[in-house]
Amino acid sequence: MSLLHIDNLHTVFDTAAGTIRAVDGVSLTLEPGQIVGLVGESGSGKSITGFSVLGLLDPPGRVAEGRILFKGRDLASLSPREFRALRGDRIAMIFQDPMMTLNPVLSIGTQMVETVQAHRKVSKAEARARARDALGRVGIPRPEERLAAYPHEFSGGMRQRVAIAMALLHEPDLIIADEPTTALDVTIQAQILSVVQGLVADMGMALIWISHDLGVVAGLADRIAVMYAGRIVEEGATDDVLDRPRHPYTAGLVASTPLANDRGQPLRQIRGTAPSPLNRPAGCAFAPRCDHATEVCGQEPGETAQGDRRWRCFHPLGGQA
Amino acid sequence: MTAFVIRRIFQAALVLLATAVIVFIGVYAIGDPLEILLPGDATMAEREAVAQSLGLDKPLPVQFFTFLGNAVQGDFGRSFVYNRPAVDVILERLPATLELAFTALMISLILGIPLGLWAGTKPQSGVDETIMTGSILGFSMPNFWQGMMLIMVFSVALGWLPSTGRGETGTVLGMRTSFATWDGVAHLILPATNLALGQLALVIRLTRTGVQETMPLDFVKFARARGLSETRILLVHVMKNILIPIVTVIGVEFGSLIAFAVVTETIFAWPGVGKLIIDSIGALDRPIVVAYILVIVAMFIVINLIVDVLYSLLDPRVRARAA
Repeated sequence: MSLLHIDNLHTVFDTAAGTIRAVDGVSLTLEPGQIVGLVGESGSGKSITGFSVLGLLDPPGRVAEGRILFKGRDLASLSPREFRALRGDRIAMIFQDPMMTLNPVLSIGTQMVETVQAHRKVSKAEARARARDALGRVGIPRPEERLAAYPHEFSGGMRQRVAIAMALLHEPDLIIADEPTTALDVTIQAQILSVVQGLVADMGMALIWISHDLGVVAGLADRIAVMYAGRIVEEGATDDVLDRPRHPYTAGLVASTPLANDRGQPLRQIRGTAPSPLNRPAGCAFAPRCDHATEVCGQEPGETAQGDRRWRCFHPLGGQA
Repeated sequence: MTAFVIRRIFQAALVLLATAVIVFIGVYAIGDPLEILLPGDATMAEREAVAQSLGLDKPLPVQFFTFLGNAVQGDFGRSFVYNRPAVDVILERLPATLELAFTALMISLILGIPLGLWAGTKPQSGVDETIMTGSILGFSMPNFWQGMMLIMVFSVALGWLPSTGRGETGTVLGMRTSFATWDGVAHLILPATNLALGQLALVIRLTRTGVQETMPLDFVKFARARGLSETRILLVHVMKNILIPIVTVIGVEFGSLIAFAVVTETIFAWPGVGKLIIDSIGALDRPIVVAYILVIVAMFIVINLIVDVLYSLLDPRVRARAA
């Protein structure tokens, strides 16, 4: 049984300006221990996909269609109490901006102890001991003392470590990481990445790493799913996708990643901008920006599967598909 | 921290001095107390004798510096009307007012914060609209009218509660208080409610706005992602953040509660300082007026100090800066 199975997920926001289809038919399957990089531009629906899984959509957001199965259980069938018991225990989430994710007026210890006690009936001392160990695991020096500290006493990188420690307190089966390194310096980014990589490998957790940065995902993920305008346009094993992109959008993303051997060359960019989710073109949403687009792209491209690769394009690159 | 306290004391002294000057000149400008104190047919000789005994024959600057010299030694002069030390007269009445203001504050907090939380978590719902409409009434209906309506309904029509006076007081821990007897409490309910209504509306609005501003923040979402219950998120995570603005405003407003007590005390014949000050202004009883205002100013200064201390208790970031 797959750990997570997202089947044709549609997440919409009903606003005065119209219905925004933020996630428009996403399907994704994760096996236990697998790491998937969910890549796309801002507004492609990758974060909303993550929040949909956790049941943490802000109103007016709602799942309009599709199913999310976690260990075979339909998450939509859970009561609020059952869902809460799952969050932070079996499914955890790491957020983008560590400056904003911790409550500024509560000590780190208080916030960690409450997380332990939300899911386990243990004494405060026992909860503190667990919190201390978790801080130690993510490389916080003198964890016992630091429990009494407040968020403002930590640097951004250290705060993200604390947030990770909190998310991993119960050794969840699945972690959803929503661009956890984007707000950090490059050197700190690398440290956080290696902390997460180490912990995920040790505990055998599955990970959905949401990012707009192909470079980060390339070194981390087993598989890559590329999102564009609310859909997964291409998915496959990381090396396969990066070396032989089939969808022109993926190819554009790969080409626009700066590499050391391109020094002095102007960066190649994808022309145009992503369409507004309120007003997406009919058919392939990428067609207006695509060099390969023809008349047929005015229609909805179906999904083509080949081995464990799949894509949505009438004119896939490479191969004789 | 020591430098902070010394600076605060120095500032407080300056504020008190400035207040003394303004009030002293102000009351002098209103009129001659002799006109009120003496019977209409008093002779010139009687006038002069009384003026001399009260020190009113000397020029204003001399009167002021005499007052100042005595004041730093704790003597704020004798009341022209009661012929007793002004401070004694005020301190005798102050506990009744403080009790009234404190009870009103408690009512507004104990009712206002839960109502504000309730409205804030259900924006645009029927509950929210009802609470908000109620708070507009609390704000906009004149205080004296609210007081009279309370008397009309609860004293006249229903006959549940007494409408005037302080009732029986008892002594608890050396303080005379209405809380010692049921009669005292019954007398306290209506005036305290009257005084609390405006504050209640304010607390509700502050809390509701705070909740609505805090709920969408990332740390609330992260708390949910960690599987915390909504109750804990609201009562611990959100509450502790919104208490900071509430404490600020309430601190400042506690002073105006004492000031507003003038109206409430008049309606309910509550024997507090509010009624005393109105009578004293009418009688141009300068020592009482000056001493009263200085006491109130001193109280504001102390309240502000308490607010600053509460800040650092509530917000670790303030604590870090003060250290």
